[in-house]
Amino acid sequence: MRWLAAALVAVLLALPAFPSVFGSYAVTVFTLIFFYGFLGQAWNVVGGYAGQLSAGHAAFLGVGAYTAALLSAEAGVTPWLGMFAGGALAAVLGAVVGFLGFRFGLRGFYFVLLTVALSEICRIIAANTEAVGGALGYYITFTGNPRQFQFQDTRAYYYIALALMVAATGLVAWLERRRFGVYLAAIRDDEAACEAAGVDTFRYKMLAMLLSSFLTGVGGTFYAFYLFSLQPNTVFGVPLSVEIIIRPIVGGAGTVLGPVVGSFILSPLAELSRHYFAQGGWHGAHLIVYGALLVTVVLFLPEGAYPRLARALRRRAAPTA
Amino acid sequence: MSLLEARGLSKHFGGVQAVAALDLDVAEGEVVGLIGPNGAGKTTVFNLLSGFLAPDAGEIRFRGRSVLGWKPHAICALGLARTFQIVRPFPRLTVLDNVLVGALGRHPDAGEARARARRVVDRLGLGGKASSLAAGLTLAERKRVELARALATEPALLLLDEVMAGLNPTEIATLVGLIRDIHAGGVSILLIEHNMRAVMALSNRIVVLNFGERVAEGPPAAVASHPKVIEAYLGEDDVHAAPAR
Repeated sequence: MRWLAAALVAVLLALPAFPSVFGSYAVTVFTLIFFYGFLGQAWNVVGGYAGQLSAGHAAFLGVGAYTAALLSAEAGVTPWLGMFAGGALAAVLGAVVGFLGFRFGLRGFYFVLLTVALSEICRIIAANTEAVGGALGYYITFTGNPRQFQFQDTRAYYYIALALMVAATGLVAWLERRRFGVYLAAIRDDEAACEAAGVDTFRYKMLAMLLSSFLTGVGGTFYAFYLFSLQPNTVFGVPLSVEIIIRPIVGGAGTVLGPVVGSFILSPLAELSRHYFAQGGWHGAHLIVYGALLVTVVLFLPEGAYPRLARALRRRAAPTA
Repeated sequence: MSLLEARGLSKHFGGVQAVAALDLDVAEGEVVGLIGPNGAGKTTVFNLLSGFLAPDAGEIRFRGRSVLGWKPHAICALGLARTFQIVRPFPRLTVLDNVLVGALGRHPDAGEARARARRVVDRLGLGGKASSLAAGLTLAERKRVELARALATEPALLLLDEVMAGLNPTEIATLVGLIRDIHAGGVSILLIEHNMRAVMALSNRIVVLNFGERVAEGPPAAVASHPKVIEAYLGEDDVHAAPAR
């Protein structure tokens, strides 16, 4: 399994070096696969492992994106540092929503509503603050300077997104086998039983939220300097939160490779259907494909695609082993 | 020396007085049985002692410290572990991981904790099921997982809530042996039990609860013949009717 993963990463690293077989559109699609795989992995920590269904992760992405963009344009701070400032600020926001939700024992739908409300509050604040561009959004001037996280060659984004996804997945794989990961999985199953077994559930849910929001905030820098424009309605919008959540759920929430598998399934589908439906004048029709797919997964693969895939691979490997 | 000391413990739910000014002690090395008819307040007592409920009045001291207002995980860290009457193993975790959750509190290193959990799993005869998901186990097995998880927290006092219920006589005999074994290992035990044979066999002392109050206390033999106890279990009329026949 480890060998397979290493080989896959090596192939993905080498692919863009062959522009003839790997056109610019493919680079874009893969960049999105990796980036959404990364965001899904960040969400997976609190939403998948700890089972706290945040539907407002766009807020963390948005805060990270605005922070890095503003620091870069207004204070001349390189986004390579700004990304950590953005992550830290997103984590502060994560601490606020986590404290409110976990301290007062909000579960299930109520926690979902709290997180949606949080991202809506962020959206309204951003849309009404002239200093960050208001409702029209904030635009980043393209300089092509790598020190400003800007690249002429789009393949740079490909590698950065791949690095983010691999790093986050490696971190989650490492945490899964340690106390932190075991506790989160137990919290997802039964919080009262956790408390009885000596687990400080509040503390571990908070830690999961902090890590998740920090990583998502770091992703905000990539988002800002890949798209060069930040629209409050998009970057703090519920649809973006759904994009973040749906990949780990389809791939397998609370598994190491679930978000990655989910992104490999959904991101190309989203991109291609968006592309073709838009050509035919059917804007937004890709969301119907999403909806249909989500229903299918919930009905037939409630634990996600990855656990099923892993079992099939193990079964195939078993006779030779 | 008293390990657990509860004084004047009271708790009501709406108009129902579940526990009324209860004094309860467990000495170090003791096995105390807590019995009483359904609705006597036994499980409420457990919830109060383990921090899942806050008492309306009273004081709880464990290992010489007041644990009033402590969260359950903190009380567990101090050495009081409990099982639930309706078992709650983590269904999507394996048996070993279930027990591991308990062991990690004392052993933050996952490798060390896993080795400890493994030993507890083997000791409770769950070795063959270590990598099965808890959701797929029989009731008897799930009860043992629950016990193993509590035991893995390395408690000084173990609160067992009807661990015999729903088990067949062979399983009960095995479990009685296991509990004796745990006690011999230096763990004091407070158990709620409806299975009289088991509770009589295990306990040094029995406390009888009815309507949230302690109605009798003493060694098993004395308690079994106590008129108040017979009354609590069979009702007043039966007691008076019985000699007439």
